[in-house]
Amino acid sequence: MLSIKDLNVNYGGIKALRGISLDVPDGKVVTLIGANGAGKSTTLRTISGLVKAESGSIMWNNEELIGKPIDAIVTSGIAMVPEGRRVFADLTVLENLKIGAYLRKDKEQIEKDIQWVYDLFPRLKERSWQYAGTLSGGEQQMLAVGRALMSKPKLIMMDEPSLGLAPLVVQDIFKIIRTINEQGVTVLLVEQNANMALKVADLAYVLETGTITMTGTGAELLANPKVREAYLGKSN
Amino acid sequence: MNFFDTVIPYLLSGISVGGQYALIAIGYTMVYGILRLINFAHGDVFMVSGLVMIYLAASTPLYVAIPVTIIVTVALGFTIERVAYKPLRTAPRMSLMISAIGVSYLIQNLALYITGGLNKNYPEIPWISDKISIFGTTTTRVTLITPFLTLALVLILVWLINHTKIGMAMRAVSKDFETSQLMGIKINNVISATFVIGSFLASIGSILYFTNYPGLVPTSGSMPGLKAFVAAVFGGIGSIPGAVIGAFIIGICESLIKGLDTILVSQGIIADPVGFATFSDAFTFVLLIIILVFKPTGLFGEKQTDKV
Repeated sequence: MLSIKDLNVNYGGIKALRGISLDVPDGKVVTLIGANGAGKSTTLRTISGLVKAESGSIMWNNEELIGKPIDAIVTSGIAMVPEGRRVFADLTVLENLKIGAYLRKDKEQIEKDIQWVYDLFPRLKERSWQYAGTLSGGEQQMLAVGRALMSKPKLIMMDEPSLGLAPLVVQDIFKIIRTINEQGVTVLLVEQNANMALKVADLAYVLETGTITMTGTGAELLANPKVREAYLGKSN
Repeated sequence: MNFFDTVIPYLLSGISVGGQYALIAIGYTMVYGILRLINFAHGDVFMVSGLVMIYLAASTPLYVAIPVTIIVTVALGFTIERVAYKPLRTAPRMSLMISAIGVSYLIQNLALYITGGLNKNYPEIPWISDKISIFGTTTTRVTLITPFLTLALVLILVWLINHTKIGMAMRAVSKDFETSQLMGIKINNVISATFVIGSFLASIGSILYFTNYPGLVPTSGSMPGLKAFVAAVFGGIGSIPGAVIGAFIIGICESLIKGLDTILVSQGIIADPVGFATFSDAFTFVLLIIILVFKPTGLFGEKQTDKV
């Protein structure tokens, strides 16, 4: 269980997060929705250790994450699929998966997990020897997810996985999110596509200018008139 | 004298000096590839390696002096990165560049202080300094060894980069610091490894290079350093094969220009020497200008695969 309490983050004088608190229970899909600049990505980047917190706490299975180096956070079972996919374009698909397992020492199990990712995404298997830069946007997203899975995370954080993808591909991505979750991995999802995100989420938070303004189950927020108006583009 | 016999000595020495430039150029190109920094201090690290060898060889046997020289050079490269570049990791690139220039002058001045600016005699290394006969010309063994040793080291390096975990990490870090960190890669270790490799090769290059020269002064690293840098730019900075090929081309051209008078006179094309040899250094820099104007990315410049 990941539990954030009163987290403050400043970006060069600008308050990106103003004392947010949220919980990500084990085995669930939790989503953060909100407009551009609301602090969604900052939240993920702070959890992963890329951004330093001003104050507050991020407890992960009773361990404080704030102040820990990034690699220790990865080892503790948290992986991130960064915004814009950020696959290593000059590395092959297989190398991208191997680098996802960079901190692991169990060689035999790594080989098995590569096969497991290939079973999950047969398209990647076909393109195993291709440079990641030659893949389509959707395939790159699959690779970014596969790469994150290779660290054997208990929690996977995804930053705008549907961004810039065709609607059909977006549906695939959300299917993948469900599949990963069914495998027992907790998912923390940041999305602008609020409609899709809320449908898949067990628990959802709405972020506005660095503060959490609403929370509930995915279904509750989908039905909430304010959410419908602000994030789903539907009036009542 | 026939054409072949006249050209061969210059060609051999060109290939040899090309190999020595290549060993320095790899340090430039690898550091650029990962930090986007032109490490101006690299030529001076090369010089210090020569200096360390001179002092060590004066008091210890060569089988001690050579490995210790290599270790000291590697330690110097590592320390420079930790002290002068690492604290500037998030600073603008220009600050890093200025820091590199500062380190370069610092090293030269320290060397000036230690040596008193006097020419220091480089120790004679037996066996590799021996005269041998090949293709009807006489040369030293080091001339023959250099290209083969260079190619062997380059092949090992390329294998390391393409087939080991640290090599994969280097390729990843050179493209994307942040995502590499998210994979759990400690980028500072990878950057240090790059400086260690670069300094190691420069140290080998230094031994091969200075063996051919009677001595060394604190600025002795500048010219070979600059030429190796031009070689790296010529080959496409960031590319290891590019730097090696660029270095061999520059070494060979430079050496042939040095011998151009002799070659032309022997063939009866010109009656008296014109003094082409004077321009052998200028050639390298004219080449630099031409590349920068017509093909700034060099022979094997970075592929642009920025598909998002």
